[in-house]
Amino acid sequence: MAKSFHIVVCAGIVPDPLQTLEPATGPTGPAIKNEMLLPAILDPWAACALYEAAKLAQEHPGSRVWLVSLAPKAKLQQLMMNVAQKAAFELVAIDGPIGGFADAHGTAAALAESIGAIPGLDRSKLLLFGGWESATRGAGVTLQLVGERLGIADQFQGVDRIDILDDGSFEVLERVEGGRHQASICAGAPAVLGWATGSLPEPRNNPQLGMANMRTLMPAIQRARTVAIDANGLHYVSTSVPTQQRATRVVKDLSPDEIAHELAEWIGAE
Amino acid sequence: MESVLVLTHCDEAGATLSKGSLAAIGAGKQLAGRLGSPLAIGIVDEDSEKLAANLPAPGARWLAVSGEAFAQPRFASDAAACAAICRAAQATIILAPQSSRFARVLAAVAHRMNGRIDTHIASMGGAGGLDATRWHYRQRIEAVIRRGSRPWFLLYDGAADASNAAETAPAHIERVAVELPPPRTTVTGMRSPEQAAAGAQGGSPRLGTIRPDAKLLLVAGAGWTKKQPDGKIHTAEAGDLILRFVQVSGASLGSSKSLVDQSGEGNSVLPFLTHLNQVGQTGATPRHRKGLATCCHGEEPHVVGWRFIGERRAVSLDPNCGWTRGKADVVYIADAFQVLARLNSLLGQSRPL
Repeated sequence: MAKSFHIVVCAGIVPDPLQTLEPATGPTGPAIKNEMLLPAILDPWAACALYEAAKLAQEHPGSRVWLVSLAPKAKLQQLMMNVAQKAAFELVAIDGPIGGFADAHGTAAALAESIGAIPGLDRSKLLLFGGWESATRGAGVTLQLVGERLGIADQFQGVDRIDILDDGSFEVLERVEGGRHQASICAGAPAVLGWATGSLPEPRNNPQLGMANMRTLMPAIQRARTVAIDANGLHYVSTSVPTQQRATRVVKDLSPDEIAHELAEWIGAE
Repeated sequence: MESVLVLTHCDEAGATLSKGSLAAIGAGKQLAGRLGSPLAIGIVDEDSEKLAANLPAPGARWLAVSGEAFAQPRFASDAAACAAICRAAQATIILAPQSSRFARVLAAVAHRMNGRIDTHIASMGGAGGLDATRWHYRQRIEAVIRRGSRPWFLLYDGAADASNAAETAPAHIERVAVELPPPRTTVTGMRSPEQAAAGAQGGSPRLGTIRPDAKLLLVAGAGWTKKQPDGKIHTAEAGDLILRFVQVSGASLGSSKSLVDQSGEGNSVLPFLTHLNQVGQTGATPRHRKGLATCCHGEEPHVVGWRFIGERRAVSLDPNCGWTRGKADVVYIADAFQVLARLNSLLGQSRPL
């Protein structure tokens, strides 16, 4: 069985988690106020998927990695300057709306169509990677829908590890309830893997890699096809920021003994 | 007219319906009652016959896909089973628990049924119809949504109302046949990262530190591995204090991202912490009644993971930390090493090891 892979990583762009988010009404429905102006990052779980993909490709010569991202061109251009320094990949850019309020089914349709049209993609070697949930919509369904549209019969979500075995099959660890992993052996590609954190730290910036990547990234962004995302009957009745401000009591004058007693009483109280 | 189907599965032991499934049945029963709709319940399990004597929601139509292939969660078999039940029930609204088993497959099932899916549904309401509440941007924005298209699949993540699923009675279960594709995936078992870490260090496996049913969550922040007032780092002592607290209090153990990232970067810090302990923007959003943060700054990306923690307290040396700015009920400005040592001693007296 093939030991080289064609790895397609789906990754969105999300506001930096340190930013304050305020809902607003845009021309097509709810949006985040000034979302285009907010500093953005590659979706964190999808970024883990990209790093895992790059490592897997490095370990299996002949493998290729594509990063498929749906976002406004300008935002993609900004972000890729940084992402390009982290891992080697070919970009498939799709010019579309940013934000977590677009319908996942419409997004999946656009992604699947673009992936299906990647020149040279061998579906028998395809590993479809992405985050198991995004930091925007956080539904955990887009990757699954893309896999289903591409006719992939094996899917794994909340993946923290993949080990390729000698015969081309692989062992995969998926997160399940109670802080454990479910271990499975899959016969091999094609498969969908929605990554959780994985096991790799964020790679350091590598300017040489960035320069090499940028030669193909900029043309890919320029030729990005523009898509509109179908709402599929989804209607937002309201969006709001929950008020969670608490009347905090700051205790500065108790000894560790007194604090421990107070906490023990609190822990024991029903 | 709407019709409601609730998809369920058993717990890991296979003896009873999972807690999440019971919560979904409760929500489904309430929804069907409000909409005046018929209710069907589907089970995916190895042997649903043993459940038949004692099922909740009397009056509901029960459907099941059973067999050895469904004993373990697996995409191909579970998706085929759920789709078969959906075809048999022909419901317009399909509820299911937001469990790892169904979260893995229900979007694909929705696609096969030409339906639409929304997940992490916190609550359902609406006058004369169905409005669902869910979170966006990792619990930072709450949205109420409605869909015009059917079937509409909803993964329910809301609180269980025990009274809705408490009434049980024997039920007749209709078998639903399903044709499975040739198997390509074999589930080989469950693993705990903590056990793996203990094994790698030659130690004995510890009791799991992630306990979703615990009343209390203890969060350890990066401050535990920083220099203490004596100018030294006391990682081993910190680890002992934290593990001892988890043992004597029965708490679940969470962590900030910065602390687990230190472990991932190869530094020798609290080895029992993994990314599965991580709470926050890129971690878990646990649901414990109480939470105690220690040596943690309480920055927004971490605190979004506390959205569903009821009572919150924190121990920190920093009087300007995020917890003091309306994110906790009580913040103790103190040395967590000293507080936890005394707290362990107090709790150990009432609950000796």
